[in-house]
Amino acid sequence: MSDPTRMTAADLGRAIGAGDLSAVDVTRAHLDRIAAVDERVHAFLHVDNEGALAAAARVDAARAAGEPLGPLAGVPVAVKDVVTTRGLPSTAGSKILEGWRPPYDATIVARMKDAGMVVLGKTNMDEFAMGSSTEYSAYGPTYNPWDLTRIPGGSGGGSSAAIAAYEAPLAIGTDTGGSIRQPGAVTGTVGAKPTYGGTSRYGLIAFSSSLDTPGPCARTVEDAALLHAVIAGHDPRDSTSIPAAVPDVVGAARLGATGDLSGVRLGLVREFAGEGAEPGVAAAVREGIEALVKLGAEVVEVSCPHFEYALPAYYLIAPSECSSNLARFDGVRYGLRVGDDGQRSLEEVMSITREAGFGPEVKRRIMIGTYALSSGYYDAYYGQAQKVRTLISRDFAAAFETVDVLVSPTTPFTAFQLGARTSDPYQMYLADLYTIPSNLYGGPAISVPVGLSDGLPVGLQVMAPTLADDRMYRVAAALETAVPRLVPPAL
Amino acid sequence: MAAISRDEVAHLARLSRLAVTDDELDMFAGQLDVILQAVARVSEVAAADIPPTSHSVPLTNVFRDDVVEPCLPQAEALAGAPDVADGRFRVPRILDEEA
Repeated sequence: MSDPTRMTAADLGRAIGAGDLSAVDVTRAHLDRIAAVDERVHAFLHVDNEGALAAAARVDAARAAGEPLGPLAGVPVAVKDVVTTRGLPSTAGSKILEGWRPPYDATIVARMKDAGMVVLGKTNMDEFAMGSSTEYSAYGPTYNPWDLTRIPGGSGGGSSAAIAAYEAPLAIGTDTGGSIRQPGAVTGTVGAKPTYGGTSRYGLIAFSSSLDTPGPCARTVEDAALLHAVIAGHDPRDSTSIPAAVPDVVGAARLGATGDLSGVRLGLVREFAGEGAEPGVAAAVREGIEALVKLGAEVVEVSCPHFEYALPAYYLIAPSECSSNLARFDGVRYGLRVGDDGQRSLEEVMSITREAGFGPEVKRRIMIGTYALSSGYYDAYYGQAQKVRTLISRDFAAAFETVDVLVSPTTPFTAFQLGARTSDPYQMYLADLYTIPSNLYGGPAISVPVGLSDGLPVGLQVMAPTLADDRMYRVAAALETAVPRLVPPAL
Repeated sequence: MAAISRDEVAHLARLSRLAVTDDELDMFAGQLDVILQAVARVSEVAAADIPPTSHSVPLTNVFRDDVVEPCLPQAEALAGAPDVADGRFRVPRILDEEA
């Protein structure tokens, strides 16, 4: 039997179900890998050796007792630290939540546990999921397994790096403006943002509630679809959860893997053509699209005239919602409290606590949001951004009248050097240029490895209509059959 | 022309309950100015008659059945608190704020 850390989640699940591998051995192999490489990668903020082995042992016992196992039973998963895990630290990459152990599991975590999946630990991220490089983590950056001097993307750099470094076969991310897809692209892995409302937000530490969407990170499209199927579906605990059936994403991924895209129409957004992708990224994506055409797809140019305003609209809407959501960190019910000397007032202690507990990017966004929501500026900033959001959604709807999916680069540039963009926050924001439109619209989008540019991975993004998550998996899985698999250098 | 002054940033920090330092104010004033100038591009879009979108899911008034469900026991609800007294969250003084 091959090394479990190099196997796909689908194969691991099959081998565990058939009794060819024990869940405990699979978990131990991944914990050993983490022990061997994570000092250099720093994908994890917390590893739960004991809990993971106990969960794996329960799966082995269930199998021995003849109980039926799901396709991912016994398969390890790493969870982004913004998702609550009962009894396990959940800091969202922030000092303000250092040491906090949530008293409950997020719905998606409960569903993974019910499916027999083994939570290995919590992954590093930009503080409160605000960033595109994981450098804004309060606990130090994560390093890209392709080149340890480069960023792994963000905000979910830890989840994608853990997958790329074979520390976990699967991981959970959250995508507000690209935080699953962009790390996937720059680490040569798959990252999928489901339809907003398709996966529950209950137990996500909120950043921007109208945009936050949890989803899967994996090394193959089929693996991502398998995890998607476990976590998706209506949750009465999330009032924006869609009460509709989950599309057959696994079936769609398997259909796509047959390599036939006859009759599928791919839309190229005209307004993206002139915008900012590095030549090496543009070339790799162009070759990927040519590969899709060889599989039978047809390419149609479409116009989405308001996409160029997606980035500015997003950087008003998301900070506005963040300034409201992060007001809950007041040093009273959980988390850090600083400066409580018995003399200072609640408000003073609150201000000192928040000053000490939040990093610079979080402070910037809280202040931008406070500005955009203040009475004199509301209409011109937040209100106007919400109208632009409507126009962007209309652009998508019009495009999907003529094409099945849209394709683009996932991010304009490959993994950059650590420190290259931290001094100029707006330069960091540009990483999200192509991912943000789908967040504002709510439809699903996936990043698939498509090739290399100067030795670094490039991702191709497939965007689909709301609730047509299956469509993006089909195209993504087809692409996977037509391009060489990206394997990072040995660590 | 700057979109935002250092004094305005200091005001935002107060509204945001952030006890920022002078050095931070210097840094944030420049950075917020760059960001606000960039995001102000939304004003180029003619959108007077366009309805705003707050949310992409067309659901309103979502209710669940009025059934009693177990909730967190008091000890667990208080377990993460920075300070607890008599089974409650203890907070710094809230009176005489202006004194």
